[in-house]
Amino acid sequence: MAVTGILLALFLIAHMLGNLKVFTGETSFDHYAHWLRDIGKPLLPGVWFLWILRAVLVVAVVAHIVSATVLARRARAARPVRYAHRKKINGSYAARTMRWGGVIILLFVIYHLLDLTTGTLNPVGNESKPYGNVVADFAPERWYVTLFYTLAIVTVGFHLRHGAFSAFRSLGQQTPRGERTARTAALIFAVLLCAGYLVVPFAVLTGLVS
Amino acid sequence: MNLTLRIWRQKGPEDKGRMVTYPVDDVSPDMSFLEMLDVLNERLILAGEDPVAFDHDCREGICGMCGLMINGDAHGPQRGTTACQLHMRQFTDGETIDIEPWRASAFPVVKDLVVNRSAFDKIIAAGGYITAPTGSAPEAHSTPVAKANADAAFESAACIGCGACVAACPNGSGMLFTAAKLTQLSLLPQGQPERYTRVIGMVDAHDEAGFGGCTNAGECTPACPKGIPLNTIGRLNRDYLAATAKGAGNTPGS
Ligand code: SF4
Ligand code: FES
Repeated sequence: MAVTGILLALFLIAHMLGNLKVFTGETSFDHYAHWLRDIGKPLLPGVWFLWILRAVLVVAVVAHIVSATVLARRARAARPVRYAHRKKINGSYAARTMRWGGVIILLFVIYHLLDLTTGTLNPVGNESKPYGNVVADFAPERWYVTLFYTLAIVTVGFHLRHGAFSAFRSLGQQTPRGERTARTAALIFAVLLCAGYLVVPFAVLTGLVS
Repeated sequence: MNLTLRIWRQKGPEDKGRMVTYPVDDVSPDMSFLEMLDVLNERLILAGEDPVAFDHDCREGICGMCGLMINGDAHGPQRGTTACQLHMRQFTDGETIDIEPWRASAFPVVKDLVVNRSAFDKIIAAGGYITAPTGSAPEAHSTPVAKANADAAFESAACIGCGACVAACPNGSGMLFTAAKLTQLSLLPQGQPERYTRVIGMVDAHDEAGFGGCTNAGECTPACPKGIPLNTIGRLNRDYLAATAKGAGNTPGS
């Protein structure tokens, strides 16, 4: 869980930084998006690098889901009879919503790929004009798309808040002071990442990016 | 105080079990929770009914025998307190209290509120000891131990093996117990020779017993009557990673 989670979190950081390019204007953003397809050009032909990256991500996602499923099944087997009086949450809310949160994130990622990678669900869906696709996506009259994105990103934030701390712990974070640091770092990371992802749709919604 | 109790009644391991409601009147707020159950049992016996079976021994919070899920809280609402040390003044007059046994497949119900916790013994048997014969306690200063390590080991050694961590865990994991029993040895010089075989052995025994996997959810520490800190599990994880990297099996003992 920890290793694949860290891989995916690194991707999320890179993805967020790329998104912020939207503020540098249409030409620059489109240029960046096309460059993504050409990384490693002289060395590797065309979109090779992109496909290698995609393959690594898919493997990480699948491994992450497989380990989560194993844990969930073990948890179910470990408590065959449930409590009649369900206990309240003493730990963190984020920790208790990891599984369903993960399912929501998976559904969102599928929608997101159909929307902005293949363009199937995008109102413009023009592969050569990613900037136009983004602007069309979060137009004020498509407020429900922005709402869904916001909910999904907040879910990702909760997932990361517990996930980042939990990854430190699984990889051997062991002192009480380190625990406080790890928890704070995870919280700051989750909030920054949420903010970084949410400014783009809201900038489009308010007309800052058009 | 007048209370309504809803208690899990189960005749034996094969019985399906059900929650049964009992009104209990005239409970003193100064009684312990177990004394309140004693009062109920005396009345049940007088009425010719089967008394409620529950585990207890020392009744002073040190043996780890008592263990009840009280209103969904392991050992009841007061933190750092075993069920035997919990007073009825923590409840209000007229309250309905749900009492259930620990729920875990590794802790099968024997009768009513009594569960079989020998899965914990299997974890201890897999490495929760040192094999060197130590004789009587040596002079305390003959083996220097860093203060921080001594304190952390002492904190871990406070675990009474009650099983509340498993009962409270959403995954039914016994990692807090396993980590406590591991670190009380791994932080001290006497525990070093078998340090890495111990961690593999104990974690394997934990998994084989049918406990769930730890997801760092953090429900165990608030439920633990001895407040074993969550970072204890981090110490176990670090030892486990080191042991797998080393390919443990090169040290005698287990
Ligand atoms: S770690 Fe705490 S809750 Fe778990 S068995 Fe030990 S004393 Fe009980
Ligand atoms: S009866 Fe010994 S700890 Fe409660």
